[in-house]
Amino acid sequence: MNAVYILWLREMRRYLRSRAQIVASLGQPALYLVALGFGLGPVFKKAGEGSYLQFVAPGVIAMTVLFSSIFSGIGLLWDRQFGFLKETLVAPVPRIQIMIGRTLGTATVAVIQGLLVVIVCFVAGFRVANLARAPLALLFMGLIACLFSALGTAIGSVLENMQGFQLVMNFLVMPIFFLSGALYPLHNLPKMFALVTQIDPLSYGVDGLRTMLIGASHFGGALDALVLAGIAVMLLAVGSYLFSRIQV
Amino acid sequence: MIHVNELVKRFGAVTAVDHISFDVAEGEMFAFLGPNGAGKTTTIKMLTTLLQPDGGTLQVDGLDPARHAHDVRKRFGIVFQDPSLDGELTAQENMELHGVFYHVPRKTRLDRTEELLRLFGLWEKRNQQVKFFSGGMKRRLEIARALLHTPKILFLDEPTLGLDPQTRNQMWTQVKNLNQSERVTVFLTTHYMDEADRMAQRLAIIDHGKIVAQGTPQELKQKTSTTSLEDAFLALTGSKIRDEAAGSADQMRQFARMWSTRR
Repeated sequence: MNAVYILWLREMRRYLRSRAQIVASLGQPALYLVALGFGLGPVFKKAGEGSYLQFVAPGVIAMTVLFSSIFSGIGLLWDRQFGFLKETLVAPVPRIQIMIGRTLGTATVAVIQGLLVVIVCFVAGFRVANLARAPLALLFMGLIACLFSALGTAIGSVLENMQGFQLVMNFLVMPIFFLSGALYPLHNLPKMFALVTQIDPLSYGVDGLRTMLIGASHFGGALDALVLAGIAVMLLAVGSYLFSRIQV
Repeated sequence: MIHVNELVKRFGAVTAVDHISFDVAEGEMFAFLGPNGAGKTTTIKMLTTLLQPDGGTLQVDGLDPARHAHDVRKRFGIVFQDPSLDGELTAQENMELHGVFYHVPRKTRLDRTEELLRLFGLWEKRNQQVKFFSGGMKRRLEIARALLHTPKILFLDEPTLGLDPQTRNQMWTQVKNLNQSERVTVFLTTHYMDEADRMAQRLAIIDHGKIVAQGTPQELKQKTSTTSLEDAFLALTGSKIRDEAAGSADQMRQFARMWSTRR
């Protein structure tokens, strides 16, 4: 057993023990599915875009993975507050291993949360277009989770208190979600707006999930995977660097 | 075992530790005393690789913590001023996590966990989540955890803060036994002078970042013509109440308390 595995296991144990939190975290995605899926469904259909529920479900799954992974990453703040961070920082373990263990743990939790929302989507009436490509959707969920867990850890390494948390929420997480095309199609957007959506890494995650789940693609599945993997590696490197500089 | 020479640490314009020097011998119980904000925890953080000094030299078991952090970390166990356990995990899981961090082989880890949890009266509670433990139980678990990898040095930063006299007495008895049976060098800080008087073979008093006196408890009492260590301490550091700025961790705790009260 090594440090990476034991830290991954820690995240799993903590997640599985917070049953109320698991159930509560399904509320927001379910609301998006019901309110938007059924509320905007008729308008979307009238515009000739097909079923909105089918369209929005991959976006809601991506949203769940985004929120879960980034907040778990920022959970580093709570480890700082409750002192556990110090236990890890004085241990004879390279900090890169601590960072990787944490990131893999939080990413796994985010993917599990995403899978639970997939079930909610099925209950709401969502159907996968091509079952053979469905496992690849899992790969995209994993990539989104790794990318944003690393981003969360990087942010958690820099933030020293909860005052910055609201800033992160309002000026980073929400824009990442709303500008990703999770709720609307990316074609025919105004030029500047289209450019912004292309910079947003979640756009590629949502597009990848749509490609694999409903067979509709904007950027192309291969480009989606490449961009997500590239940014995830870059953020892991940045997160590791910032984590290595933490002083308590 | 510990050699500190002209150690300096600055935070902006504030010199938290100002050219201090002292030595701690192998197997010794050494108390590092001082008022709030005197520089005790900053010194411990430098000794335990959490902070880099700005000047002077440090040696822990012959190694410089700044240059050989990884090797130094294997040699000590630490009980921090604030709890550092994972409350969501059980006592046994906290021990397991620590054992893996310190590369303790599985068999040794399990045996030693049982031995230490029994010693500290926590074996029956090993499968209970730590968040349900009392303050005293958490402290005992932290000491047990710090000893899991059989460190050569044990740093105890105000380990008895907030504990009742019974728990304090029990805890110090166990630390003393370990010091004698396993020859663990103990470096402790405390605000309870009676504890320092009873436990420490030698001590140093730090105030405003400078060491104002060091020696045996008896020597300090003689030097200040007092009868108790508390009086000696007050004679050396004055009786003015000290303020300590809240660090980011303190601010986080205040926020968490506020948040939990609102709920």
